[in-house]
Amino acid sequence: MQAEAFFFWVFAIVLIVSALAVISARNPVHSVLFLILAFVNAAGLFLLMGAEFLGMILIVVYVGAVAVLFLFVVMLLDVDFAELKQGFVRYLPIGALIAIFVGGELGYVAFSWIGSPSPSAAATPSGTLSNTAAIGRVLYTHYFYFFQAAGMILLTAMIGAIVLTLRHKVGVRRQNIADQVARDPKTAIELRKVPSRVGI
Amino acid sequence: MSSASPSHSDRISRPLLIAGVAAAIVGLVVVVALIAFFVDGGPAALGAWLYANPFGIFVRYLLESLALLVMVLIFTAILIYAERKIWGSIHLRRGPNVVGPWGTLQPFADFLKFILKEPIIPAGANKGVFLLAPLVSVTLAFAAWAVIPVGDGLAIGNINVGILYLFAVSSLGVYGVIMAGWASNSKYALLSALRVAAQMVSYEVSIGFVIVTVLLCAGSLNLTDIVHAQQSRYGFLGWYWLPLLPMFVIFFISALAETNRPPFDLAEAESELVAGYMVEYSASLFLLQFLTELVAILSMSAMTTIFFLGGWLSPLPFAPFTWIPGVLWFLAKMWCVVFMFSFVKAFVPRYRYDQLMRLGWKVFLPISLFMVVAVAGVLEATGWGAHH
Repeated sequence: MQAEAFFFWVFAIVLIVSALAVISARNPVHSVLFLILAFVNAAGLFLLMGAEFLGMILIVVYVGAVAVLFLFVVMLLDVDFAELKQGFVRYLPIGALIAIFVGGELGYVAFSWIGSPSPSAAATPSGTLSNTAAIGRVLYTHYFYFFQAAGMILLTAMIGAIVLTLRHKVGVRRQNIADQVARDPKTAIELRKVPSRVGI
Repeated sequence: MSSASPSHSDRISRPLLIAGVAAAIVGLVVVVALIAFFVDGGPAALGAWLYANPFGIFVRYLLESLALLVMVLIFTAILIYAERKIWGSIHLRRGPNVVGPWGTLQPFADFLKFILKEPIIPAGANKGVFLLAPLVSVTLAFAAWAVIPVGDGLAIGNINVGILYLFAVSSLGVYGVIMAGWASNSKYALLSALRVAAQMVSYEVSIGFVIVTVLLCAGSLNLTDIVHAQQSRYGFLGWYWLPLLPMFVIFFISALAETNRPPFDLAEAESELVAGYMVEYSASLFLLQFLTELVAILSMSAMTTIFFLGGWLSPLPFAPFTWIPGVLWFLAKMWCVVFMFSFVKAFVPRYRYDQLMRLGWKVFLPISLFMVVAVAGVLEATGWGAHH
């Protein structure tokens, strides 16, 4: 129990510090790296609550795939800080508005959370079932339609991204793998008798 | 090196001295451990302390991790030597044969060379990230071994989501590469990092689906349970390599891509990118990158062994074969897969990048998606799955 408390404080403090560093770091790549650190620590908190499946999925999906693409984009961007700071005052009101809304929602969640059962009891509803199986049972029975709807939305987004970026250029020479594999020496090689001092 | 003339002797004595000091330290640790073992009330009391006392449990995990670390490091040394001998013999060369008997000390000579040279940090590099990158890579590579069961119950962490943990750790491996490539402030390194990132993310998709079919068959995310699920009276015919043969092939090829091994070593294609993301790394920093690759190969082989080759199970499930300890079977299978990794490198030409992407997205992804549906359907229709 002491070890759990110790790790809780370690994860929580590193999480908050790295979340602050995300918005205060000058180099955007450092920001993304801090964001990844925050994700990993959040996964650590999930593990402490006994929700090991959620923790691992957080790492696989967000850290292993989504944040890689973030990092990718940010690394290749040429960010001009002077230009970014110019817009600060103009965007301040709308930014503040969003901050107030999000802050209010978070506060609401925090206040309604107090008094709910302890997280480790909530994470594993019945003692015998591993929580991976427990999530599966709930997700594929009660929330089946929501789950399917989420899948359809993601599929739509994926197709949308493909449609938006697909360009059919004319005059591009593409490789046809099937044709290439089907080649054999009979059609690919031509043997010619070359007369001396004449050439082809 | 071994036939050095007297004038070179002072140059060789320094590595020897360091090796001697290291050996002395290891010896000292062993002696202290033995004394602690026998003085403090004998093995029984020590055993109780290691399993009951919170601090004892911590010490036990520490010792287990240390033992595993040493084992994996020795394996990497063997791997360096074995690979170079295998490539040598395929190329009709001799391979390393100078340092030590039959060249067996070559990896240690390499190791000393890396340690004793000067690490150079490029002037334009982002120093913090540059130094952090190899540490991230090597830590993640070793972290995968924490859940790998080398025998029945012989895993440091026998966690319920072991398979997800392995998948998560191997997908994090890409960060070491991206950070190294970006922080080096070199165009070769950056291009290589981009290649690796796209390559690893692409092949993770098919690896993920392969893992899904395996866990559908085993009915568990726990690695020990997955091996147990492969136990049957048919011996090696009951392991998953046969019923899931296409997935076994896809997993092996994807593992080659995931560890950046030939024919998918586009990250360090010498003719295009010099040494890729490692181009600015030298000495001990390069050693860490190099170690990462080798450990990743070993852990991918261990994963192949657990998922498809029955882990520590004996191939023939009757008397004389079942007497052999499971750890030896596990290691034998793992080294067979490692041998296949080396074998492929020696005679397969490198892929072109668009062909690599085509293979991942247009060949492996549809096949593995179809197999997930097919395997789930067969299990549901026949009731062969582990439990319902």
